Amino acid sequence: MLSRVAESIYWMGRQVERAENLARFLEVTLQMTLEHPDTLVDPWTPLVEVTGDQKEFAARYGRADPQNVVQFLGFDRDYSSSMVCCLRAARENARGVRESISTEAFEQLNDFYHFVRDAGPSQLSQPTGEFFVEIRNHALMWTGVLDSTMSHDLGWQFLNAGRLIERADKTSRILDAKYFNLLPRIEDVGTAVDDLQWSNLLLAISGFEAYRREHHLMDIEKIVSFFIFHKTFTRSIYACVAGADWSVREIHKQCDAEFPSASSNQIASLRHRLQSMDVKEVLSGGMHRFIDDLQTQLNEIGQAIANDYFNAIGSK
Amino acid sequence: MQQSQKSAADSSSFSPSDGSSERTKIVLPGYSTDAFYDELVEANGVARPDAEQLIRLFQEMPDGELSRRQQAIERLLYHMGITFTVYNDKTGTEKIFPFDVVPRIISSMLWKHIEAGLRQRISALNFFLCDVYNEQNIVKEGIIPEDLIKSAPGYLEACQGLKPFNDVWCHITGTDLVRDNSGAVYVLEDNLRCPSGVSYVLQNRHVMKRNFPQAFSASNVRPVNNYCSRLFQMLRDVAPPQVSDPTVVILTPGIYNSAYYEHSFLAQQMGIELVEGRDLVVDRDIVYMRTVAGLKRVDVIYRRVDDDFLDPKTFRKDSVLGVAGLMDAYRAGNVALANAPGTGVADDKVIYSFVPEMIRYYLGQEPILPNVPTYLCQRADDRKYVLEHLDELVVKPAGESGGYGLLIGPHSSKEERSEFAAKIKKNPRNWIAQPTLQLSRVPTAIDDKLEGRHVDLRPYILCSHPNDVWVLPGGLTRVALKKGSLVVNSSQGGGSKDTWVVAESGQDVATASSPST
Repeated sequence: MLSRVAESIYWMGRQVERAENLARFLEVTLQMTLEHPDTLVDPWTPLVEVTGDQKEFAARYGRADPQNVVQFLGFDRDYSSSMVCCLRAARENARGVRESISTEAFEQLNDFYHFVRDAGPSQLSQPTGEFFVEIRNHALMWTGVLDSTMSHDLGWQFLNAGRLIERADKTSRILDAKYFNLLPRIEDVGTAVDDLQWSNLLLAISGFEAYRREHHLMDIEKIVSFFIFHKTFTRSIYACVAGADWSVREIHKQCDAEFPSASSNQIASLRHRLQSMDVKEVLSGGMHRFIDDLQTQLNEIGQAIANDYFNAIGSK
Repeated sequence: MQQSQKSAADSSSFSPSDGSSERTKIVLPGYSTDAFYDELVEANGVARPDAEQLIRLFQEMPDGELSRRQQAIERLLYHMGITFTVYNDKTGTEKIFPFDVVPRIISSMLWKHIEAGLRQRISALNFFLCDVYNEQNIVKEGIIPEDLIKSAPGYLEACQGLKPFNDVWCHITGTDLVRDNSGAVYVLEDNLRCPSGVSYVLQNRHVMKRNFPQAFSASNVRPVNNYCSRLFQMLRDVAPPQVSDPTVVILTPGIYNSAYYEHSFLAQQMGIELVEGRDLVVDRDIVYMRTVAGLKRVDVIYRRVDDDFLDPKTFRKDSVLGVAGLMDAYRAGNVALANAPGTGVADDKVIYSFVPEMIRYYLGQEPILPNVPTYLCQRADDRKYVLEHLDELVVKPAGESGGYGLLIGPHSSKEERSEFAAKIKKNPRNWIAQPTLQLSRVPTAIDDKLEGRHVDLRPYILCSHPNDVWVLPGGLTRVALKKGSLVVNSSQGGGSKDTWVVAESGQDVATASSPST
C-alpha cells in the first residue's frame, strides 16, 4: 500500500469520527436544553472547550449561545474542525484514495458530506435534534459500510487505527470538559440536575444504556471508570486504545518489518498503563492531568505512525 | 465477471432489415431532423430498424416521464460522486458532467466498418511511430517531408532510437469520429497521447441499464464491461519481458486534474495502485513506489501525465507531476510506459493529414475510414485556397487538441477572419483548414421533449501488439447540448450519451442485469 494512500485513509477515518463526535455533543446538549431550559449550568461553553479552540471561537463569535456554538462546531466553513469541514476533508481524502476503498464507502461518505453541506443553512435558523439523529445514522452507516464492504486489509487497519485514536481523544475531551464543568458545583451533587448532567455525558458516548445495565445509579467514580477503563464498551478510552493497538500490530505484521516499530511500542505501553491503573489513581492524581497526559500520548502515537509508515523514504 | 448471453437466433429481427413491408413504421411524433443526418430516425421521422424498441418506448412515455428519468440519472451520478468542482466557487459547488438519457445506436453493419477502419488506422499509426523514431523510411522515401516531422510539437528528440516492448507505441487510443450529412464516417482526430473519457462510457452504460432495462434488453446491445480486464491484460502484456509477474500502476497528476475521477475509477476496476509523481522514485534506473512497507518495484506505468511533465530531468524542469529519472529507467528497459512518450507527433494535424499515406505505405491497403479533407497552409496552393475561403472553412492550429484556438468560418466575423489570415501568413506550418462538416444528430432530451443535437463519437482502441488491435464496441458519444452548436467539448456546453452497438448473431450481448463494472 502506498504511504500516501495509507496516510489519507488514516486521516479520513479520523475526520469522519471527529465529525460524528461533534454531532453527538451538539445533539446531547440540545436535548438537555430542551428538557431543562432554565438549567443554571451553561451547557454550551464546555462544548467549545472540548475542541480546545476557545480562543478562535471567542474572537469570531463572542458569546457561547446555542446559535453560535451550533454554527461554529457544525457548519462554519472557515473553522477547520467544524463538522462540515471535517467531512469535506474526509471526502477530499477519500477522493484521493477512491481506488483503495470500496465504492460503497465512497458513496456513503459522499452522501454524508452532501447531507450536512446542504442541510447546513436551514439548521442555523432552527437547530433540531432530528438533524443530528440523521447525522448519527449516516455515521453508523459509514461504520457498517466500511466493516462489511472492505476486506480487513492494511487500508482498513489504518482506517481503524485512525478512527479509534480519534475516538479515544474525543471521549477524553468530553469527559475532561464536562468533569471540570460539573464537579466544582458541589451544591448540585446528588440533585436531579446533576443526575441529568451525568446521564447526558453518558448519552454523548452512547453509553447511557450500557452503564445503567451495569450500575443502575449515577455515581461519579463509576461513570469515570466507565469512560476510561471499561473493557468492552466500544467508546471507552481503554477499548479504543486496545482496538488501535491491535490494528497497529496488524499493520506492523503485514509490513513484514524485522524490528519493532515506534508506533507499536508506544501504543502497547499506553494500553498497559491503562490496564494497570484504576479510577482512584486517576482521581487522586487529578483528572485533568491524567487526560492531558493521555492526549499527549495519543498525539505522540499519531506522530509515530506517521514516521513509521507515511514518511518512509529510502529503502528498507 | 461478465455474464453475457449469446444472442438468440430470433434476435436477428432487430438487426437492420431490408425494409420488409410487414414492419410497422414507428414514428417519433413532433420530431424534425431539420435535414440533418439523424442517427435514430430517417428523414421522414421513421425510426431506423435498430432504434425501434427505443423509439417505441419514447412514444409510449407519459408526459414528464422523460424528465423524471433524466433527473433520476443525474441524481445517481451525483451520488456516485462522478462530479467536478466548479472553479472559483468557494462553497465547493459540484456538478456532474451533463448526461443525456437518449442513447445513440450504431448498427452492426456500420460498426463493422468503423472497427475495421480503426484497426487498420491504429496499426498503420503504430508502424509510423516505430519508423519515425528509428529508421525513418517514410521520410527517406519522400512520403512525409522531414521538416514537417521535426517541426511537430509532439515530436520528441529524446525518443530517437527507442524500441518499446512488443513494438507498441500507442497502447490506448481514443479516436474522434464524425458523420456528415450523408452519414459517412470521417476521422477527425486520433488522440494518441492520453485520451480520456472511457470511464464515462462504462458509467453511462451502468446508469442506462438501471433506468431503461427493457429497451436495453430488447435492443441487443454489445457489452462494454470487459474494457478494464482487456486494459489490464494489455498492460501486463507490454511489461519488460524479463518480469514474470509485473506490477502495473496508473500515474495521475492528482485530484485536481479534470480526469481524476477516471484515473481512480480505472485503478479501482483493475485493482492496481493509483500513484502520483511524488509516490515514485527512481534509483539506479529502476522505478519504485513508496509503500508503507518500504520501496516496491514498478514495471508498467499507465501514465495519464503528458509527455512534457513526465520527467523533469528530460523534459520540463518545472514539472512537479512527474518523476525525475523516469526516462532513464525507460531507456534502460526497466519500465514500460503506456502510451510511449513521443506519440504526440502523430497528433499534430499536419502529420494527421498523412495518415492515409501511412496506411498505403505500411499496410499496402486503401484507407477504410477517410480523413476529413485537410488543407495544409504550409503548401502554397492550399494556403491560397484557405485564405480565399476563410468564411467556409474551419481553421485549426496544428498542434492543439480539444477544440481550442479555432476559427469556424461560417460563424466568424470579418475581424476574426483577417486576424486568422495574418496568423496563417506569419506561421503557415502551424495552421490547417477543413470544410465545415454538418455533424450528424441524435434526439436529445430538452425540457421533456426530444430535439436533435449534433454528436461525435470517440471509440477506444487497445493495442498490445502491432497485430493485436482491439476496439471497444461502443465509445463516448459527445453531444453539443446547445441548439445548433457544433462544439461537443464538455467545457463548452457539451454532454455525453450512452452508445449502443447492436450485436450480430453470434456476438455477446449485454444484459440489463449483468454487472456493469
